[in-house]
Amino acid sequence: MCTMITHQAKINGSGKGKDGWFAVNQVNVSYDHPYHVPLEHALNIDFVNEAEGPGARVAVELTLESARNLVETIHAVLARAQAGGYGEESTKAEG
Amino acid sequence: MVQTNMYEGMLAETVTIHGANHDVINAYFARPLGAGPFPGMVVIHHAPGWDEWYREATRKFAHYGYAAISPNLYCREGHGTPEDVGAKVRAAGGVPDVHVVGDIEGAMRYLRSLPYINGKVGVFGTCSGGRNAFFLACRVKGFDAAVECWGGRVVMPKEDLTPKQPVAPIDYTKDLSCPLLGIFGNEDKSPSPEQVNQHEAELKKHGKNYEFHRYDGAGHGFFYYDRPAYRQEQAVDGWKKIFAFLEKHLSK
Repeated sequence: MCTMITHQAKINGSGKGKDGWFAVNQVNVSYDHPYHVPLEHALNIDFVNEAEGPGARVAVELTLESARNLVETIHAVLARAQAGGYGEESTKAEG
Repeated sequence: MVQTNMYEGMLAETVTIHGANHDVINAYFARPLGAGPFPGMVVIHHAPGWDEWYREATRKFAHYGYAAISPNLYCREGHGTPEDVGAKVRAAGGVPDVHVVGDIEGAMRYLRSLPYINGKVGVFGTCSGGRNAFFLACRVKGFDAAVECWGGRVVMPKEDLTPKQPVAPIDYTKDLSCPLLGIFGNEDKSPSPEQVNQHEAELKKHGKNYEFHRYDGAGHGFFYYDRPAYRQEQAVDGWKKIFAFLEKHLSK
């Protein structure tokens, strides 16, 4: 990789890939060569489940401005959810 | 050069070879039909993966008369589409240099084992593959020419060194064992023109046989016709430079 700027984090949720929904347990975030968006480098986010193979991946490739907007939007939604008393509830698995 | 009244044929297929630690890895192999002898080329894929462009590049070398092999350096990371496997490797910070060296050396030895090789083997790569073409020409004996296209991370600041890439390739320059052709875009960020200057200064310092071509109006990956970085005029000239260089060093 030409920048090697990459971070990984454990997560818990579901993603919809080419074969339907699957459990995602890791997010890989990089600023490096994208595959599709017409940029030399992009903010790449892959939601994956490595135990299910390389194809268990939900990918997005964003411009830097879009990535910053995404981060701000997630923060805003999380803040509203927490203010509404949903913060604890959303971390529990549904029965 | 192809003539309209000549016979032309090619075999292209997936094969398996022994790579680092004698691991069996897959590779894409293409050669002209006929008894030869043909020079060999190891074609090292770029960071985005062992993809369609690299299959096409491998066949391009065969079209020009080379027995060419492109080893899958990501073989140990599982199988799927080249993008999915490449994304996995991207997240993991690349593959270890120790595997890269063993896999590419294995591809070179595979070529040298074939009965129709003329005794000469070159190595080519772009992006991280360009880095690795130079790197292997320093680390392994058995290459007769190396083509480095915009090799990012040949020059590596100390803070970029990792357990997978513990030594910057530029630090092996004194061990370069064959002529080197470098193709670079002056608008590239990795390698930047300043890094190409450092690379060239080190080659000069050690009295190495090299030629660098630096293109204005081109950035990173300007051979990739499927990306916006493609620059037609510079790419056509770059390929001409490559085949002239290989003809000079591998034909006899």
